[in-house]
Amino acid sequence: MTVGLFIPCYVDQFYPKVAIATLELLEKLGQTVKFPKGQTCCGQPMANSGFAHLTGPLNERFVDQFGSVDYVVCPSGSCTLHLKDHLHSHTNESAATAIRQHVYELTEFITDVLKVDSIKARFPYRVGMHQSCHGQRGLHLSQMSELNAPAFSKPGQLLSQVTDIELISLDRPDECCGFGGTFCVVEEAVSAKMGKDRVADHLRHGADYITGVDMSCLMHMEGILHRQGSKTKVVHIAEILNNS
Amino acid sequence: MTPAHPELAERFNRDEDRVNWHDETLWFVRQKRDKAAHNLPEWEALREMASLIKHNVLGNLDQYLTEFEANALANGVQVHWAADAQEHNQIVLQILKDNQVDRMVKSKSMLTEECHLNDYLAGQGIDVIDSDLGERIVQLAGEAPSHIVLPCIHWKKEEIGVLFNKHLGTEEGCADPQILTGAARLHLRDTFLTRRVALTGVNFAIAETGEFVVCTNEGNADMGAHLADVHIASMGLEKIIPRREHLGVFLRLLTRSATGQPITTYSSHFRQPRAGQTMHLILVDNGRTVQLGREDFRNSLKCIRCGACMNTCPVYRRSGGHSYHAAISGPIGSILAPNLDMKKHADLPFASTLCGSCTNVCPVKIDIHQQLYKWRQVLMQEGEATTAKAVSMQAMNTVLSNHGLYAFSGRIGRTLMRWFPGLVNNKLNPWYKHRNMPEPPKESFGDWYAKNRK
Repeated sequence: MTVGLFIPCYVDQFYPKVAIATLELLEKLGQTVKFPKGQTCCGQPMANSGFAHLTGPLNERFVDQFGSVDYVVCPSGSCTLHLKDHLHSHTNESAATAIRQHVYELTEFITDVLKVDSIKARFPYRVGMHQSCHGQRGLHLSQMSELNAPAFSKPGQLLSQVTDIELISLDRPDECCGFGGTFCVVEEAVSAKMGKDRVADHLRHGADYITGVDMSCLMHMEGILHRQGSKTKVVHIAEILNNS
Repeated sequence: MTPAHPELAERFNRDEDRVNWHDETLWFVRQKRDKAAHNLPEWEALREMASLIKHNVLGNLDQYLTEFEANALANGVQVHWAADAQEHNQIVLQILKDNQVDRMVKSKSMLTEECHLNDYLAGQGIDVIDSDLGERIVQLAGEAPSHIVLPCIHWKKEEIGVLFNKHLGTEEGCADPQILTGAARLHLRDTFLTRRVALTGVNFAIAETGEFVVCTNEGNADMGAHLADVHIASMGLEKIIPRREHLGVFLRLLTRSATGQPITTYSSHFRQPRAGQTMHLILVDNGRTVQLGREDFRNSLKCIRCGACMNTCPVYRRSGGHSYHAAISGPIGSILAPNLDMKKHADLPFASTLCGSCTNVCPVKIDIHQQLYKWRQVLMQEGEATTAKAVSMQAMNTVLSNHGLYAFSGRIGRTLMRWFPGLVNNKLNPWYKHRNMPEPPKESFGDWYAKNRK
């Protein structure tokens, strides 16, 4: 079984340590990981801005690069959801379909495909879990507070296996951080306010770290934490699960 | 020209304490909704059933409408059809003229807001008084409702005290809700007793019986309709449900979703005029059949106007209803408004992070956030993008479609950011206004991988 590692463009450029943690974690869990050359972006920034019609070439590239792996794994709920919902190909739709069916966000790949029930990691801090909307409401990584349905959380399940971690609870367990792709600049005022409010919830409950499955949300909250001069940091869940 | 949502939202955000208050007030309503929904084990099944009933209605709307009309006529109700807002308003005016009155009392109807009925009638010399307390407050203030269920949710009680002092003569400085509602009650009682024509909205119209149901908490629709000689009811075409037995599904969902109450205080059935009364029912299209024809957006017509999507929307709570500059605001308004006027409302589908909470609270399971995404595609293809946006999207796409160019631009960009942080950390960068930029690393993951895993 080969796992194709898809690293979103902004993670590649700004958070290589998250990509390295993802790769190392998958290898620790016994996976043969390929990092197909020439990858860039899933196309979401254009599509969510109303320009999905431009993303044809990106889609074809993606299908070319990942057509031969058994699973595509990505440390981002949002990019994974975009691929699952919107990846199509004019030249090889059967390969695109196979990718849509076999693309996984990192934590759901570990819980649902690898079925790992014991993670050897240590993270001796108070940690707040940010539920990124596309991972949660799109990929159903965790139960959603709006629904009358039993609670579960795939990332939570993994974090609870980490030694010495202290998970905090929040006043609003699954409110959006306001990043929203181009929303963060087009609707700057609301976006920044949403980010401030989300960060404040974590700070109120004494978080040393805010974690999540999407670096984009964390990047947004990090920008606010840095502006406020806060000591609280953001950390991608792959970095915690890979930490010993 | 009305400023777009980002500009209006920015103005709303200049008073952060007020934003916090607005956000927390509506979050409290969302929490009440959660409690009500989570106390009903069959909640998710009810939502599914409601969605399926409305699905059936939208697929057979023509038949249900004619069935409803025939039954309503047999009950002695006068039925009118209005193709658009203008026709609706003219029909109302004609009824008023036929009855030789120049004053009317009106209970809550978002349809009449959509048709701008009050402005139209005012221009014709007709005095309209809104009898819903929240609507009366915004009417006295010369504003439109900011929320479909809680029209004056953006007003604080102290501000209402000032407004009532000016218009209803309450004591200066009085902000006691009990006293203020008492004053409104006296003022409205006089209105109810002296108006000969009352207009109400319609929440549900039952094809099988020709009756319609109006839901209020204040009983103001009943007070108006029972005391007037003429009752006019305005309804959107999509308010039809097939049978009486379906009503319970919706009544159980409506107020639990809206405010967390098990049911509205008054759920009044109007079937036929009482002796000596005339009853008019106006069936309004105003773009609904166009939306019915847009397959991707059709099921927005399932909406029962509970407002749950507004209460849960993190953007709505932090931008206020007026920032949507449409009769119906919030997530549902953002998928309804472009149907009426794409150009005017091209900003609204972008006033969302696509977080999906709206879709989860919707009692009739409208895929609101998916439709927001789809409207974005339609609007950009229809040429509603600014040139700057279209050019930057093309440029971004070109870079991302060429790995060499992508890797090169990334390296240059990160290097420039490290050497000259002022290039991005300045006021021209909207990100930087409230947030620091990420610190650019020396090498990308691609660079690291090439060095370490070959």
